[in-house]
Amino acid sequence: MNNTATASKSAAAIDRALAEGRTALVGYLPAGYPDVQTTIDAAVALAENGTDVIEIGIPYSDPVMDGSVIQAATVQALKDGFRVSQVFDIVAGITARCDAAVLVMTYWNPVMRMGVDEFSRRLAEAGGAGLITPDLIPDEAAEWFEASDKYGLDRVFLVAPSSSPARMAMTVKASRGFVYAVSIMGVTGARENVSSAAERVVQAAHEAGAERVCVGLGVSNAEHVREIGAYAEGAIVGTALVAELGHSGVEALGKLAARLSEGTARA
Amino acid sequence: MTQSPDTPAESGKPQEAADAFLAGSSLRHAPGPYFGAFGGRWMPESLIAALDELEDTFEKAKADPEFIAQVAELNKNYSGRPSLLTEAKRFSQHAGGARIFLKREDLNHTGSHKINNVLGQALLAQRMGKTRIIAETGAGQHGVASATAAALLGMECVVYMGAEDTRRQALNVARMELLGATVVPVTAGSQTLKDAINEALRDWVANVHNTHYLLGTAAGAHPFPALVRYFHEVIGEEARAQILDQTGRLPDAVCACIGGGSNAIGIFHGFLDDRNVALYGFEAGGDGVDTGRHAATITLGRPGVLHGARSYLMQDEDGQTIESHSISAGLDYPGVGPEHSYLADIGRATYEPVTDTEAMDAFRLLCRTEGIIPAIESSHALAGALRVGKRLTEGKDNPQDVIIVVNLSGRGDKDVATAAEWFGLLPQESPEAGIGSEGEQL
Repeated sequence: MNNTATASKSAAAIDRALAEGRTALVGYLPAGYPDVQTTIDAAVALAENGTDVIEIGIPYSDPVMDGSVIQAATVQALKDGFRVSQVFDIVAGITARCDAAVLVMTYWNPVMRMGVDEFSRRLAEAGGAGLITPDLIPDEAAEWFEASDKYGLDRVFLVAPSSSPARMAMTVKASRGFVYAVSIMGVTGARENVSSAAERVVQAAHEAGAERVCVGLGVSNAEHVREIGAYAEGAIVGTALVAELGHSGVEALGKLAARLSEGTARA
Repeated sequence: MTQSPDTPAESGKPQEAADAFLAGSSLRHAPGPYFGAFGGRWMPESLIAALDELEDTFEKAKADPEFIAQVAELNKNYSGRPSLLTEAKRFSQHAGGARIFLKREDLNHTGSHKINNVLGQALLAQRMGKTRIIAETGAGQHGVASATAAALLGMECVVYMGAEDTRRQALNVARMELLGATVVPVTAGSQTLKDAINEALRDWVANVHNTHYLLGTAAGAHPFPALVRYFHEVIGEEARAQILDQTGRLPDAVCACIGGGSNAIGIFHGFLDDRNVALYGFEAGGDGVDTGRHAATITLGRPGVLHGARSYLMQDEDGQTIESHSISAGLDYPGVGPEHSYLADIGRATYEPVTDTEAMDAFRLLCRTEGIIPAIESSHALAGALRVGKRLTEGKDNPQDVIIVVNLSGRGDKDVATAAEWFGLLPQESPEAGIGSEGEQL
């Protein structure tokens, strides 16, 4: 991973966890679900219960990488009138109240529509750490490279079990902060087991030079987090958190985060 | 800056490509991934390996005489190619007297141009060792064509279709099931074509090891736009030879309807380098482009990314995709293939909207003047041809010197219920009343 000298907020958060003997816990929440203030409160509850990096997802009309739980939440947020620029209010609201690194996860068209530079400037001003981009590969990311360098933002690209060695090397090199390893060929959603493919993907990313690799897709309990901690620097939980927030609210979400963080102790 | 004379389409700047074209180079050389500033691969990393595999297989197949012979044999003995070029003499009287010729893709097996692409892609899927194909469909035409190819080649087929569309097109669902396909109603999002594509992509990510996504239009991530076009170029190549044979010269204009744009790019390509042949794409104007209820993507959209390509897109201020509207389910898509965006930007092709009403008037006119019931999609091209014919013949002493080729991309059997309701042909108490708007009852 290049540019480790650049102050990467997500790398710093992951390193802080590792220094404390913990696997970094990364938690995902959709922006504006059920509303802007609750998203902020929920993210703070995650941070207060052992979450090191927060991912705020921008609801999008065509979320091809998301399973039914996250789709339902983001569709609801859009129905309730969520606007993209509110994500900056959410990021600013979270970073004012806790020191977790806050990344925005977004499909690319909303960024392109606002203008990559404009979006990046506002995200940096809000205290955001960078972007996770599920449908932007480094091959198409020239504008994002420029803007992320200009505003000091992390570029979290995805690698998958299907990534060729050449693509793995290229993507690791393009990333800053950490590399997002997709555990399985599929979309977001809680699964019973974390795929055995995950360890191979992480190993390949490490071999390609990645210093920090976090595993996402299908991660839903402390046992999964513990398992992932044996070979990766971080574990990413999304659907399980979204479902808990939807069913039981912020307090219950904090308790779930606390239970997940019990899996972060590294052997 | 110097530019390779034979690769204008790979240029990053439309103006350079346009200049190169005017300087005499070929626009037909357009292998992707970029068409000027459009195209590319805006796709999850998980699918890039599959796209690479498809591209590689396609490039090798194109150069393999055995594959070319296989496609040609199926086109001839299964689809019924070459399709006819029919002069529409009585219809032409309504176009200022210009001579209108119809490229009869409606006569292909399964009733539209879609068969060209599905046979080609299913053969590619077999070459990749894939045993399962998935497809999206709006009205059901591409789904029926995909199910047909799967039955012919002995492959499993799953078709994603918006739940709303499965209700409106119950007979096409039955057709696909008769052909052995499984139809999955999509209840996510707006429950229409774009959501069916989203769901097919989700299936593909999870099953890419044995599954080929048989995309139905010349859109999506590279190599789909170039690949789908390749299998439809036969339309333009045949039409060019046929019009030369029948009239001794090239036409003044070629007209086609545009949803994603596969039939249009197929016929356009045959004439792309004939600079005196004007190319017209007619988008679905729905209730009218100032009503907000339309699918006039190039006319009113702005560049964005959807389903893997950068192209014109109907989107709101936040970059959220806007729902499209058209009486024609096959044109009811808020995006458009990237090569069309490019041809629009460099001015090689002209794109105009045609409203539901204009399309249905042309539909009825063709029925009554030529004895041909066209698909409502193709009726947009017919309405556009009437408009272009009047324009080109204006003030001319010999209007019959103006020649227009229209791609009649599909037949209208599937649209009889919608048309019957539109024209008020059904008695109120009949079992079919309301069939167009409320769906078929099986």
